[in-house]
Amino acid sequence: MKQQLESIRKEALNKLVTITDIGELDDFRVAYLGKKGELTRILKGMGALPPEERPLVGQLANEVRNALEAGIAEAKNRLVRAAREERIRRETLDVTMPGRAKKLGRKHPITIVLDEIKDIFLGMGYEIAEGPEIELDYYNFEALNIPKNHPARDTQDTFYITEEALLRTHTSPVQARYMKEHKPPIRIICPGRVYRSDAVDATHSPIFHQVEGLVIDKGITMGDLIGTLQVFAKGVFGEDTRIRLRPHHFNFTEPSAEVDVSCWGCGGTGCRICKGEGWVEILGAGMVHPNVLREGGVDPDVYSGFAFGLGIDRIAMGKFGIDDMRLLFENDIRFLRQF
Amino acid sequence: MKAPLNWLKDFVDIKTDIKEYINAMTMSGSKVEGIEDMGEGIEKVVVGKILEMEDHPNADRLKVCKVDVGSEVVQVVTGAPNVKTGDLIPLALVGAKLPGGEIKATTFRGVESYGMMCSVEELNLSRDYLPDAPEDGVYVFSEEIKPGTDVKEALDLDKVIEFEITSNRPDCLSIYGLARESAVALGVPLKKLEIRVKEEAGGSASDYASIEIENPGLCPRYSARIVTDVKIGPSPYWMQHRLAAAGMRPINNIVDITNYVMLELGQPMHAFDLSKIAGSKIIVRTAREGEVLITLDGQERKLDTDMLVIADSERPVGVAGVMGGENSGITDETRTLLLESANFNGTSIRITSKKLGIRSEASIRFEKGLDPEITVKALDRCAELIELLGAGKVVCGIVDCNMTRKRQDTIKLDADRVNALLGTDIPAEKMVDIFRALEFEVDPVTMMMKIPSFRSDIENVADLAEEVARFHDYNNIKPSLLSGKESMRGRKSCKQRMEDVIRNTMCACGMNEAYTFSFTSPKVFDSINLSQDHPLRNAVVISNPLGEDYSIMRTTTLPDMLRVLATNHSRKIETARLFELSYVYHPVDGQDLPEEKKLLTLGMYGEGCDFFELKGVVEELMAAMGIADYEFKPEREDPSFHPGRTASLLVKIPVPGVPDGTVLKKVGVLGEIHPEAAEKTECPERTYAAIFEVASLIHASTFARKFRPLPRFPAVPRDIAVVVRDEVYVADLIKAISKAAGDMLEDVSLFDVYKGSQVPEGMKSTAFALTFRSPDRTLKDEEVNKAMERILKSLEHQFEAKLR
Ligand SMILES: [Zn+2]
Repeated sequence: MKQQLESIRKEALNKLVTITDIGELDDFRVAYLGKKGELTRILKGMGALPPEERPLVGQLANEVRNALEAGIAEAKNRLVRAAREERIRRETLDVTMPGRAKKLGRKHPITIVLDEIKDIFLGMGYEIAEGPEIELDYYNFEALNIPKNHPARDTQDTFYITEEALLRTHTSPVQARYMKEHKPPIRIICPGRVYRSDAVDATHSPIFHQVEGLVIDKGITMGDLIGTLQVFAKGVFGEDTRIRLRPHHFNFTEPSAEVDVSCWGCGGTGCRICKGEGWVEILGAGMVHPNVLREGGVDPDVYSGFAFGLGIDRIAMGKFGIDDMRLLFENDIRFLRQF
Repeated sequence: MKAPLNWLKDFVDIKTDIKEYINAMTMSGSKVEGIEDMGEGIEKVVVGKILEMEDHPNADRLKVCKVDVGSEVVQVVTGAPNVKTGDLIPLALVGAKLPGGEIKATTFRGVESYGMMCSVEELNLSRDYLPDAPEDGVYVFSEEIKPGTDVKEALDLDKVIEFEITSNRPDCLSIYGLARESAVALGVPLKKLEIRVKEEAGGSASDYASIEIENPGLCPRYSARIVTDVKIGPSPYWMQHRLAAAGMRPINNIVDITNYVMLELGQPMHAFDLSKIAGSKIIVRTAREGEVLITLDGQERKLDTDMLVIADSERPVGVAGVMGGENSGITDETRTLLLESANFNGTSIRITSKKLGIRSEASIRFEKGLDPEITVKALDRCAELIELLGAGKVVCGIVDCNMTRKRQDTIKLDADRVNALLGTDIPAEKMVDIFRALEFEVDPVTMMMKIPSFRSDIENVADLAEEVARFHDYNNIKPSLLSGKESMRGRKSCKQRMEDVIRNTMCACGMNEAYTFSFTSPKVFDSINLSQDHPLRNAVVISNPLGEDYSIMRTTTLPDMLRVLATNHSRKIETARLFELSYVYHPVDGQDLPEEKKLLTLGMYGEGCDFFELKGVVEELMAAMGIADYEFKPEREDPSFHPGRTASLLVKIPVPGVPDGTVLKKVGVLGEIHPEAAEKTECPERTYAAIFEVASLIHASTFARKFRPLPRFPAVPRDIAVVVRDEVYVADLIKAISKAAGDMLEDVSLFDVYKGSQVPEGMKSTAFALTFRSPDRTLKDEEVNKAMERILKSLEHQFEAKLR
């Protein structure tokens, strides 16, 4: 019996190393360790042994069983690992193939730029004020120091509805309304759609979008305006951006300025975008005219303020390099999905 | 305003580099828009005098000339038909540079030629600049000029700077005004214009003519001089060239002088032939009903009673400040002139010039409001030039009807307030220097300043601050950031944040944002099947639109969305998903302003797009906006949509004062576009769209969210499939299931609808997945079975449903 056990051990362990799949291993287990397996069969024959041999043979039988079990475990381990490696090899992907499209929608470039501008000013303590697009002549012009028949009205190319109602030519009327309803300190931006009677072409649109800002408090200075515009320009066009103010004339501000930013195309050395100037005009600004403050119910001897306004469409075009304004309103999916 | 540099130099020394000068002007408020160098590319071209001229021995059309060029006499072969011996011509010498290239010595059929006689074109000059140039051939000087003179000098080829003049500075619509700005910007003195009139004709102007102003409000001042022994002829080159360089066509000596003075001093002038002024009387009045006038351009103008005219005792002889009349203009026969130098109300001139469709150099200036003090100075300058040019004899004195109202002419220079507004620390003395240079008279003790009459734009301390700031340079003001001010909270309102939620949700659902025009054509209503009396046809009408296509403010965004979808479709784009947040405008009776309503518009066609895709986007939006109480109802009445594939969205909106504090309100529709509308708008057959009122959605929305604990006990899933009639709505089945199941039902969802061979005609099988769960224990099978029985009974009872 001893020899039998020894030869089973030897035979089984030799067989084990040749097994190459998990099913075969199961069969092997059944063949040796199963209820009708060889080892079991031998152990069943133990009763026939003389009592003094039993412990010895029993011990040997256990050793053989343990050896087989350990061998099976190891073989299983080996097979699982091999199978996993085989699977990994088999299912290798060409990771350079395109990803499955997840079609998120996109915001319109004007919204993107507007959101950026809103962020900058919200961070500086501004609120966002809104007002009607169809506006009273009073708020669009008169409250802004542009009386009836003033030549400045000609340059605004206004669409009229009636004598008294018009399509606002700027978002300044929102400021005029806000001043009447709120006491200083005031810090607002007014984004919105505005209208001027320009025929549609690559650089003009009768409908475009503006953001205007208004700050009124005691002791507001032109330095505050310049500092604010610097923060804005760096925020929108990048940290290296410089601004330049040129004296200009607007009815609702005094002193007034046109504001240039250093060209985003060339940084100021001159290129096609800036027509070689190194500067691109992007906004108008100034200290709120005393007449406008007075009309808004604010005492110009106590308070001062600044205001600025810029066209979002043009900034979006500049920022993204869009060369035709009509694209903004055409809404070709291939255009919209670029932003 | 075009300003020839040499003309400016009459009044100010500009010694700096031209680039620096331009920069100084731009940065002090006179923006330079461009600079034209008329002599650009012209070198070694001189005035030559043709001394001899012979036929070319070997060519019929060529001549061989000996030309005096000052330092020598050169031989030149020319084919020009218009030159003769004794002519002075521009001659490009050997080595000369012209815009067309360099000149070399050449041989024409055996005869050597050392230069080229130039035409206007070869010098790259316009015929407006040299109106006496022949149609064809070489330019011939008609004035005596020394041979050898550089042609740039002889033709006054100058640098011309174009300035953008803002509407508040009509004083800068003049060379003298720009020179004044230049002087301050460069920090050099202004050379004052000294005028001396000899008045050789003697007599007294008031003996020749009288002036009466009927409307001093529209004409505060009218001044006139008389000139006798007038000799009409061309003005000298230098004057013609300056006028042409500044953009005005030379005409004759008198007209040129009046234009010259207008450009130089900014005061428009007019010359009348005094013999044609009936009664020798100028009357400034408004036109009478039915009066007409043929203006100098030969056009007959119908005048109305708001228009100011210059009349004699019988009829109008000019439209004040806009254009003179043909009946009184000067001709070659004119012998006695009345020179007008007047001040008119800017608004009146502006309206008249607009009505008549004439924008003259005069009206452009008058409409900005001119200085009434300058009329006499301009007359004197005119008289001086007439004498200088020998164009006539000036009569003594001026007829001056001055009804100018006195206006504010002093202001205190409060340096502290100026600095406070600018955020600067500029010494008062420096401010005084600036104002003195600007011709303000300053009392250094009281700091009271006399405002020059040409600066009617100066009224308050802000105006003073601008004058100081622009010569200090805006960019020298130290930037600050509201330092020392109370900090303020910057935040979007709830409404603004909710609009962000809408945009973000739309993008997350694959919808791309569109921007379309707010005005549209009244024809669009037909394209979306609206009946002729549909309320949406009541739109705000633009009184001066860009054309019919843009003539009304839109009352619906659907046509624009469909147009965008159709555009994409026509460009072979397979799938398009779009949204827009924008306003519509509804007229309100009895109100000046319409109601502006913000709409959310969705549109889609192509891969994966169907009614339920669209509805899924809407449901996602409801979840994102925190709107829990809403329902979809079949919508069969909307003419733009497919009646069987459209739903309206109803949301519960809080309304104070009604029984449970809410109302179920229809806030929009979603569905498939009506096949007829899709065809008319050239959209794909299956096009889906939705429109919602944003204000109502926001009203129903909330940012509030309440946490529900995650389930701790297992769920019991069950399925149920019932056969019902086709017309039964799934939403009603779900409602019934929920109601019958009670609290244990956690979720119910439709997972299949089947119609076909195993279901009778007119019926459908609907299958639902139900999830039962209790928050505090494991449910027993029997409980769930009982619930399922209740559910089935309820469905059988309400919908005649049969278990499948
Ligand atoms: Zn550039």
